[in-house]
Amino acid sequence: MRERSYTLAAALAAALTLTAPALAQKQYGPGVTDTEIKIGNTMPYSGPASAYGTIGRAEAAYFRMINDQGGINGRKINFISLDDGYSPPKTVEQVRKLVEQENVLLVFQPLGTPSNTAIHKYMNAKKVPQLFVATGATKWGDPQHFPWTMGWQPSYQAEARIYAKYLLQTKPDAKIAVLYQNDDYGKDYLKGLKDGLGDKAAKMIVAEASYEVTDPTVDSQIVSLQGSGADVFFNVATPKFAAQAIRKAYDIGWHPLQLLNNVSISVGSVLTPAGLEKSIGIITADYRKDPADPQCDNDPAMKEWRAFMAKYYPEGDVKDNSNLYGYTVAMTLAQVLKQCGDNLTRENVMKEAAHLDMSPGTLQPGVKITTSPTDFFPIKQMRLQKFDGKAWVPFGEAIGS
Amino acid sequence: MNALLHQILSGLATGGIYASVALALVMIHQATHLVNFAQGEMAMFSTYIAWALIEGGMPYWDAFALTILISFLGGIVIERVVIRPMANAPVLASVIVFIGLLVILNSVAGWIFTYTVKSFPSPFPAEPLWNNSYISTHELGAIGVTLVVLALLFIFFRFTLLGLAMRAAAENPVSSRLVGIRVGWMLALGWGLAAAIGAVAGMMVAPIVFLDPNMMSGILLYGFAAALLGGIDNPAGAVLGGFIVGVLENVVGAYLIGTELKLTVALVVIVGVLTLKPSGLFGRVLVSRV
Repeated sequence: MRERSYTLAAALAAALTLTAPALAQKQYGPGVTDTEIKIGNTMPYSGPASAYGTIGRAEAAYFRMINDQGGINGRKINFISLDDGYSPPKTVEQVRKLVEQENVLLVFQPLGTPSNTAIHKYMNAKKVPQLFVATGATKWGDPQHFPWTMGWQPSYQAEARIYAKYLLQTKPDAKIAVLYQNDDYGKDYLKGLKDGLGDKAAKMIVAEASYEVTDPTVDSQIVSLQGSGADVFFNVATPKFAAQAIRKAYDIGWHPLQLLNNVSISVGSVLTPAGLEKSIGIITADYRKDPADPQCDNDPAMKEWRAFMAKYYPEGDVKDNSNLYGYTVAMTLAQVLKQCGDNLTRENVMKEAAHLDMSPGTLQPGVKITTSPTDFFPIKQMRLQKFDGKAWVPFGEAIGS
Repeated sequence: MNALLHQILSGLATGGIYASVALALVMIHQATHLVNFAQGEMAMFSTYIAWALIEGGMPYWDAFALTILISFLGGIVIERVVIRPMANAPVLASVIVFIGLLVILNSVAGWIFTYTVKSFPSPFPAEPLWNNSYISTHELGAIGVTLVVLALLFIFFRFTLLGLAMRAAAENPVSSRLVGIRVGWMLALGWGLAAAIGAVAGMMVAPIVFLDPNMMSGILLYGFAAALLGGIDNPAGAVLGGFIVGVLENVVGAYLIGTELKLTVALVVIVGVLTLKPSGLFGRVLVSRV
């Protein structure tokens, strides 16, 4: 191994001294050969967040499809996806294994804010790409301090700023009550909302109530928020608590305009337990098309996605938007590797990841994936949608944050 | 004023949840003089059994009864297989076994039923009584069920021979054995009853907090606070403790310290009771001769 990295360093040095012609030669970072690219990943296949494990399976299926089609520039993807049980110490262990023993070119899509926080400094110290992390925290888009880390989905703050924009346009004298989880995730949303409202925030936000993940219910918080006389309710909660909040608000006769964070967008595990008729009129924002929406049946990109699921991941749920997420983010990585050509060093991977401009058909119209050396937030637009009792119905144009 | 009333009633509703869990904790304690940390997960698992039965097409009350029976037998099996070998081990070893049970049941439930949140049906009407917007019919019904279970327990322990034998076996195993009580089976019976009460609690809790493998993790802590506050050897005290903790938590959280510190209320209650009045508000003061 050591010998190879010396050769590598020599090759790099040579590349730096020579100019244009040298770039056309093949340059490989760790984990790359003429026939293979090794990609590492961690996912919560077990433990409390294992519902998200399906994302890793969808990604593995996508790379199987790519390999069946001949790979990327002739190289097959070797996708090594390990279970971290959503436990940050375990993530560190698995990622070190991927980087130091498996010698992967990059770590793609490790899932979870705490898990990614645990490896953030390590990846940047080792100069290994931590690419398209599966979390919406805002800190992943900081190329100045963490040039080896990049997010993918819109950040929580960006999403909250979109709601703020919508409120300022349509309901400028709204009185807003916020329920949020008392951690980084909840506070990111709260900050985004306040930033988006600007100097009107102090006047418009009339009540804030937090909950802890150990709380059995959020009933008491909803009662307090109702008491504030708010006519807009911003629900920043994970699925179980979001469902409780929607039901409790309805049951105590509080009918404000409800904004629901994208985290709890699932009809099956949030709105159905809360009660579909109690959820009518709720507004949320998404950047993906909704695979459960019958309007998408004739959409060519969605047809392609369905064919992919049938062939490569038949045991996965076609209506679960986590699978669509895994498919689209894997597509983004494939694009980066394609752009890299034969220059598959870690440096060049980050350089190409910072030069993306694509519009996958599985995203809402108007939503693009764009990056630049100073912009490490690939997806920045979302489209609002309203629940009609059966499905989310998108309305208006895609809104940028 | 209206808001305060609302907080109190909502506190009573959650207090009912704590009360039912506290009752199951007291039950195990009656039989074994130990606190079972896996009580919540046992209740959660029973609730999943009920969910599976109902999904399979069984009417609610049939599933309810069958789940209680299965849980009762399950509790006995756990005692015979896991707890029995620890009978003469130090308390700490039993505690480790309880924690092991907790982790195993949680993971197995997640593995079989997935971690996706599920809704669990309520046997009570969806419309609130008298069109009130303070407390749902299910919450009232759950409080009622808890009180019925409490009454049944009281009758069982006070007026039946079996109940008397169970109390004796826990109180003084040696003398009980001398008068012909099968102490080992009394312990197993205690576990069975606790599991059955836990099943009732789980089925009453699930429609309120939704069913997932981590459903009971937060509740168990409040259940401990309730049981300790009321007195860990007094079923009625534990139920009352549940209501007190529920209301206290809401009112203190909403008006005094903010919602961030709601859980702290429960912890303060636990520590406060243990230091100031270890027997709880209604518990008997135990004096042992040394």
